[in-house]
Amino acid sequence: MDLSQINPILLLASLMVAATPILLAAIGEAVVEKAGVLNLGVEGMMITGAVVGFAITVNTDAPVLGFVCAAIAGAALSMLFGILTQYLLSNQVATGLGLTLFGLGVSSLIGKPYEGMKVTTLSKFEVPLLSDIPVIGPILFKHDPMVYVSILIIAATWYVLTHTRAGLILRGVGENHDAAHALGYKVIRVRLMAIAFGGACAGLGGAYISLVRVPQWVDGMTAGAGWIALAIVVFASWRPWRVLLGAYLFGGITVLQLNLQAAGVPVPVEVLASSPYIITILVLVAISMKGSHGAPGALGKIFHATH
Amino acid sequence: MIRLEKRPSPSRVWAAMTPVLAVVATMIAGGFLFWMLGKDPLESIRTIFWDPLFHETFGPYSRPQLLVKAAPLILIAIGLSLGFRAGVWNIGAEGQYIMGAICGAGVGLAFFPADNPLIFPTMILAGALGGWAWAMIPGFLKVRFGTNEILVSLMLVYVAEALLASVSQGLLQNPDGMGFPGSRNFRDFPAAHNAEIFTNTGMHWGVVFAFVAVIFAYVLLTRHMLGFHVRLTGEAPRAARFAGVNPTRLVLFCLGTSGALAGMAGMFEVSGPAGQISIDFNSGYGFTAIIVAFLGRLHPIGILLAGLLMALTYIGGELAQLMLGLPAAAIQMFQGMLMFFLLAMDMLTNYRIRFSMKTA
Repeated sequence: MDLSQINPILLLASLMVAATPILLAAIGEAVVEKAGVLNLGVEGMMITGAVVGFAITVNTDAPVLGFVCAAIAGAALSMLFGILTQYLLSNQVATGLGLTLFGLGVSSLIGKPYEGMKVTTLSKFEVPLLSDIPVIGPILFKHDPMVYVSILIIAATWYVLTHTRAGLILRGVGENHDAAHALGYKVIRVRLMAIAFGGACAGLGGAYISLVRVPQWVDGMTAGAGWIALAIVVFASWRPWRVLLGAYLFGGITVLQLNLQAAGVPVPVEVLASSPYIITILVLVAISMKGSHGAPGALGKIFHATH
Repeated sequence: MIRLEKRPSPSRVWAAMTPVLAVVATMIAGGFLFWMLGKDPLESIRTIFWDPLFHETFGPYSRPQLLVKAAPLILIAIGLSLGFRAGVWNIGAEGQYIMGAICGAGVGLAFFPADNPLIFPTMILAGALGGWAWAMIPGFLKVRFGTNEILVSLMLVYVAEALLASVSQGLLQNPDGMGFPGSRNFRDFPAAHNAEIFTNTGMHWGVVFAFVAVIFAYVLLTRHMLGFHVRLTGEAPRAARFAGVNPTRLVLFCLGTSGALAGMAGMFEVSGPAGQISIDFNSGYGFTAIIVAFLGRLHPIGILLAGLLMALTYIGGELAQLMLGLPAAAIQMFQGMLMFFLLAMDMLTNYRIRFSMKTA
């Protein structure tokens, strides 16, 4: 075992990369849940985004186009969920699970010919001047553009949710859809937009795994990231900046765990490999012990306007 | 203008009709999918749904497989359906299935090469206990701290997979296996082997237990107070509370039962059809069983039929892979589609469609 191999600067820098997929998926899901909808299909939308982003980038050599198409694919898949739950009034838990199973099947079907291929990944973007600062520069300012985009999405989500009329309507729909409906807001339309946003974010997160983090296509490569994103939304109490905190904490654990494995720490590999999942459970327990933590009032409930 | 009107009570006719309609719709959409993949849609559908049962050459081989594949699906789905009815969402059956297999196989292998008729029953018990214990983790956390059982049970699937990888390369590895991962094969250990009861029928002890579980669940839900409480909690949680249903006991019962059944399914699979503990012996039955439970309308008899149908798509899928070169993932997608069509058509059970000229 050689802990001195672990370079804290590199560790912190790779933390941001490891956290970005979950960060993207989680902020999307946070908005969906703020609108009162529980979409358990995050994993399915992520993996579909991963495979679509990868396939497009392999064929066009343009990772940006890959990300755009991944977002569109995620949103398209989420619309399937949206139509089923909003118009056909199906159970959200069951539909979300179905979406995950469906997405895993679709991705494996599309991805088969792309296994083992190489892909053009995003180039690093060094923020001028700031990236030259010792220690802080390499940790914060020498990443690919998606890392910054994900933080911008968080900031924008926070602003829209808390400082705009649109955000107020969205939260109102999520807290009490009958009251929002009585005030004349289009509950279903608002929710469909939120679901599409969630799908697009999950697609981006998935594409980040297959295009930057790995970068390769492996069947089932999201390995539960979508479920962890769902847990992070609960951890964050549905607040955007806390989503960022939760995702980075989780990214930190993942990276540290991988580094410890590489350094040969005398802990069984299985324990290290399953530590992100075990820690997620522990965090969920800790959060639920605190009791009430601000879940949207109408979360997961079916909305059916009678008049 | 199309309007939905809630029915005073769910329509019985539609409840029985929707799974059939969903299967038909999936066949049509699936045929389209296969056509897009460059296959003859009619031939693909025939290969999946007809040939495994009635083909002259393949039929005799694949008919027994029907029971082999259906048994774990039915066992797991029966357990899940109890929870789903009561609003307890155990979606980590895959993990409980793996833990049951590890515990059952572990107990069996500990007695190698003894020959005692009690070994196999002990293994069944160990498998059930393993699955039960794994499901009790989300159960305990839910009743004690109110932690979301969906996320916890799912996270535990990944932990169970890591454990499976560990034991198949360590604790349970075959000492005579020349370093290959995987345990001893139960075919070489008659006292612990879950062999066919009648040759060439696919009938093994797991199938027997699956049928028993169906009958047990049917009696429980229609004739027993506990089953009534399960249904009441799902349909009218407030009424259930006034009726004195103990939610804690109900959550633990639902999760425990589904865990134990999933654990048993895993144990039967590993000591019979799969033959040994290996890194990837689990084939996603724990997740497919969720579809089976819904396709069977959370009703025991429905689940029995749905399990057989889903087993047919597995076998037919393998056949289509062999005969037509249809990718394995296409079948997975096909199963996912079935779930969607079913959920979409469920609306017809609970709502009436009204056409009216004026806007609402």
